[in-house]
Amino acid sequence: MSGFQTNNKVISWLDERLPIFSMMQHSAIEYPTPRNLNYWWNFGSLAAFVLVVMLLTGIFLVMNYSSHTSLAFDSVERIMRDVNYGWLIRYLHMNGASMFFILVYIHMFRNLYYGSYKAPREVLWWVGIIIYLAMMATGFLGYVLPWGQMSFWGATVITNLFSAFPVVGQSIVTLLWGGFSVDNPTLNRFFSLHYLLPFVIVGLVVVHVWALHTVRSNNPLGVEMKGEADSIPFHPYYTIKDLFGIGLFLMFFLAFVFWAPNFFGEPDNYIPANPMVTPPHIVPEWYYLPFYAILRSFTMDLWIIPAKLQGVVAMFAAILILFFLPWLDTSKVRSAKFRPIYRQFFWLFLVDCLVLGYVGGKPAEEPLVTIGQLGTAYYFAHFLIIMPLLGKLEKPKPLPASISAAVLKEKA
Amino acid sequence: MADSATHAQPSSTDGQSRRDFLLYSTIAVGAVGTAAALWPFVHSMNPAADTLALSTTDVDLAAIQPGQAITVVWQGKPVFVRHRTEEDIALATKDDSAELRDKMADATRVQKPEWLIVVGVCTHLGCVPLGQKAGDPKGDFGGWFCPCHGSHYDTSGRIRKGPAPLNLPVPKYSFTSDTTIRIG
Ligand code: HEM
Ligand code: FES
Repeated sequence: MSGFQTNNKVISWLDERLPIFSMMQHSAIEYPTPRNLNYWWNFGSLAAFVLVVMLLTGIFLVMNYSSHTSLAFDSVERIMRDVNYGWLIRYLHMNGASMFFILVYIHMFRNLYYGSYKAPREVLWWVGIIIYLAMMATGFLGYVLPWGQMSFWGATVITNLFSAFPVVGQSIVTLLWGGFSVDNPTLNRFFSLHYLLPFVIVGLVVVHVWALHTVRSNNPLGVEMKGEADSIPFHPYYTIKDLFGIGLFLMFFLAFVFWAPNFFGEPDNYIPANPMVTPPHIVPEWYYLPFYAILRSFTMDLWIIPAKLQGVVAMFAAILILFFLPWLDTSKVRSAKFRPIYRQFFWLFLVDCLVLGYVGGKPAEEPLVTIGQLGTAYYFAHFLIIMPLLGKLEKPKPLPASISAAVLKEKA
Repeated sequence: MADSATHAQPSSTDGQSRRDFLLYSTIAVGAVGTAAALWPFVHSMNPAADTLALSTTDVDLAAIQPGQAITVVWQGKPVFVRHRTEEDIALATKDDSAELRDKMADATRVQKPEWLIVVGVCTHLGCVPLGQKAGDPKGDFGGWFCPCHGSHYDTSGRIRKGPAPLNLPVPKYSFTSDTTIRIG
């Protein structure tokens, strides 16, 4: 906390008692950042920006929302039609959720490409996965609140996943519901938790940034910063760049809000929930689709393990496997820039996730079932076979001596 | 505590094991106490007394013709009441000997063979199967078809094909007269 100096007596009085200005100076102004970050490094700050948008719009939605099954749907329609700018606040919240996932998915694939999960950034990566899990829970809980048909049946299908667990399964489901089906007690607790979890995410983001500032940013070359010449101060270089990114992002985001507000949604959710009739084709929100495809690709009982349990376990495993990635990837080289073969497998994996997402959104019919099964097999093979072997077999290209050496050579 | 010499040198194994005992018993009491304090919060999420009290439903069967079915609400869930035809019953009993995933004889699933009463919630992930209305698909076995992930149920509500693991459950019910039942 060296660099902070001020002539203002009030500020230095406060700072000696609570070093809030020193901290800002240290971690947002001087903070040494690799000089070669590209635009893929904008997505973390963009995600934080959207988190703030979600908190603000959410708090204002709550002022007009009623979490009772007989009122919820109408209260959301009232927000849309009668509340001043209610439509804007709701569409910002609704599309903000999709934006949040788009940004975080890009952020995560950036990490996969540049090997940012490798030592010493394993814990940083873990906290990120926990944030992702908390986001998935928050998005699911929020989607139930408008109490449309997809809200209700999504909630039913997802809570029923827990019934797959032997012995305790059904008791867990009853506990989640607070009744014998998804009903008013369920809606109320989902509302309570939907309000809570985003603030938990804020806490997790603080831990995430703390870990980041301990180990510092990775960069497109994947070699650590070694000296002054490799870094630039965060302010003004990256504050400006992040702000510029927010400007571009807002154009993208608001284009949906104003011109295609229901692009990411399902029309069925504008039909009030009816516990007696399941819509013919129920799908979760787009951001869960790859995992939904994995869930559905287990169709045969194996020995004593029912297909349903296999699917549920595989779905959770698909996310939990990410925790082990720092050790499953045996290569010492971080950036795919220097890993010609991994680079191709990276793109294949991305395509695999998109294929799974496509299959997850379609009815379970052939040939999609088989494609989904192959996609699922490849998903796990990528982590369990390809990553460990590739690190051993692939011959990486020579790494530059330092960031500055590489950057200056490029310039020359 | 006054004697700081013994404090600085906890060499006596006696004193040490006494401290260990205090430490472990404190941890144990603390853990049990925390669990006891947590339980009311967890249990508050289980069905409340009024939710449990709404747990019976009366149904009048008189107007349901053979081949027809109605859906009633019991505990917030749909219950299928189907007036089975002779063919439905014959098919169900014939299939007692078929390959069944969740083996149950038709006779154990009904009180009167013409009335099949099952909870209309797919045992896969909880969708409501189709087959109650005249135009609905009834699946490959003449019972119900769940559109969510393609489970087929037969005329006894038994799972025959698709991802669901179990038969549609038969709720507890009793005939309160020749043409009325009470579910629950
Ligand atoms: C991580 C941040 C958040 C995410 C990903 C998220 C996600 C969602 C989603 C997907 C919906 C359904 C939108 C729809 O289809 O109508 C929703 C609804 C809602 N959320 Fe959030 N939310 C977040 C934060 C918050 C916060 C902090 C609050 C309150 C303080 C809140 C309050 C609400 C309310 C009242 C609704 C129901 C109104 C509506 O459906 O538009 N949300 N949320
Ligand atoms: S819920 Fe019926 S088949 Fe999945």
